[in-house]
Amino acid sequence: MSPIRNEQARDVPFRGGGFVVVPRRGAALVAFVLLIALWESASRFGWISPIFLPSPASIVQALVELVSGGTLWKHIGQSLHRLAFGWLLGTLGGLALGFAIGVWSLSRAVGLPLVSALFPIPKIALLPLLILWLGIGEPSKVATIALGVFFPTVIATFSAIDGVPRNLIRMGQSFNLPAVDVLRKIVLPGALPGILAGFRITASIGLILLVSAEMIGAEYGIGAFILQAGNLMQTDQLLAGVVMLSVLGLVIGTGLTRLERWLLRWR
Amino acid sequence: MELIVEGVSHRYGEVVALEGIDLKVREGETLALIGPSGCGKSTLLGIMGGILQATGGRVRIRGEVPSGSLNPQTYIFQDFALLPWRTVEGNVALALEHHSLPADEMTRRIADVLQRTGLSEFRTAFPKQLSGGMRQRVGIARALAVRPAILLMDEPLSALDAQTRELLMEDFLALWLRERITAVYVTHNLTEALRLADRVCVLSRRPGRVREIVAIDLPQAERTTPSAQARLSRLHDRLWGLIKAEAQVAEREVVA
Repeated sequence: MSPIRNEQARDVPFRGGGFVVVPRRGAALVAFVLLIALWESASRFGWISPIFLPSPASIVQALVELVSGGTLWKHIGQSLHRLAFGWLLGTLGGLALGFAIGVWSLSRAVGLPLVSALFPIPKIALLPLLILWLGIGEPSKVATIALGVFFPTVIATFSAIDGVPRNLIRMGQSFNLPAVDVLRKIVLPGALPGILAGFRITASIGLILLVSAEMIGAEYGIGAFILQAGNLMQTDQLLAGVVMLSVLGLVIGTGLTRLERWLLRWR
Repeated sequence: MELIVEGVSHRYGEVVALEGIDLKVREGETLALIGPSGCGKSTLLGIMGGILQATGGRVRIRGEVPSGSLNPQTYIFQDFALLPWRTVEGNVALALEHHSLPADEMTRRIADVLQRTGLSEFRTAFPKQLSGGMRQRVGIARALAVRPAILLMDEPLSALDAQTRELLMEDFLALWLRERITAVYVTHNLTEALRLADRVCVLSRRPGRVREIVAIDLPQAERTTPSAQARLSRLHDRLWGLIKAEAQVAEREVVA
């Protein structure tokens, strides 16, 4: 190729556009409203059978009836109760073992293979066994959730501890900090971001196991409610239950975001 | 307080990092440890302060620990080692909290060192809000708060840009000249060593041995004068001659 002989000054073309995420406020809301409007009109025009997929309006109506009838609170109350107990139990246990694995070589040597072996078991598969041990009542459901939450918490906790910069620990030792203080003032706060990220995962695992456990022998609870509605072909009630779950998940997620923002305000 | 290194050697698996190091850090002096990368400078400093266990030899201290000293051998780190979740004040307090000082004594110490390092107005700032130079000042303030007898500094200026380094070096000097704290200063920067140190210990590389100890018999305050420059420049050339060949080898090495 011969060199370009052109003495005229030319503009340098801009080549750096795109590939940047810019916030588009309101776009999500518009898409949401459009989708629901489409669904609603499809139901109104009779394109979708109300038995298979009820309209958004009838789902809202079912929700309103549930609220005024008072049964909604009973279902949600029961579910929250189980979720809170199970999650707390699993989280406390998971934090304890996670810390032990993260800090002491011996507990790591023993605990890590054990956790690796038990973690992949879908915990819902253990529910029948847990029912045999603990009975059909609350304890077996709580235990299922706790088990499901326990292992991811262990893994999140010890990985977070592994991620605490060693130089900060050496620094603490160089100032003669007692081991308890190194743990309390350096390791724990340093591992907190990772632990909180684990909470996000375990909260959703807890919710999944909650519904599954409630579908196996429970009188009240969102899972039981959805199952009953399905058995009676009350799809509007069924979907009202699903909406409740979605709202519950959102509320938990928002709560965790708040907690993160407050605890990690130094970031 | 004096620090005496006797026949210290250290190995990482097969690699002999340090061998037969004998060294004495005299009361009130600043000793610079220089050498090419991988010569075990930082390892030696870690052993001197008791945060690394040498595989051979021993390190002893001799002399009075000054009154009020909570941590005779105190480090200043290359990467500052500040806790990001604590404020400037909180980071300094970390070194004091476990000593059960009276509350007012602790407040006084913190206020005093923050004032001496020019950090008073940044008391409540978090490390991420500060520049590199300011972060290292926090590291210095934290070290001063425990009234050290010996300061152990691991390339404290290496993570900073050239201008900040210059500024902080002046601050260091002002501090030395006023307080005369015994100090060991690890660096790979000859200019820093020649500006700050009373003696320069040159380490050889793999195994790290004491190659030569060069005294700079010129008060730090006079080292910027034109007449001193010529002498320092000769010393610079001599030190560079001692480490150049090994630095070249180090630079061409594939890290295992």
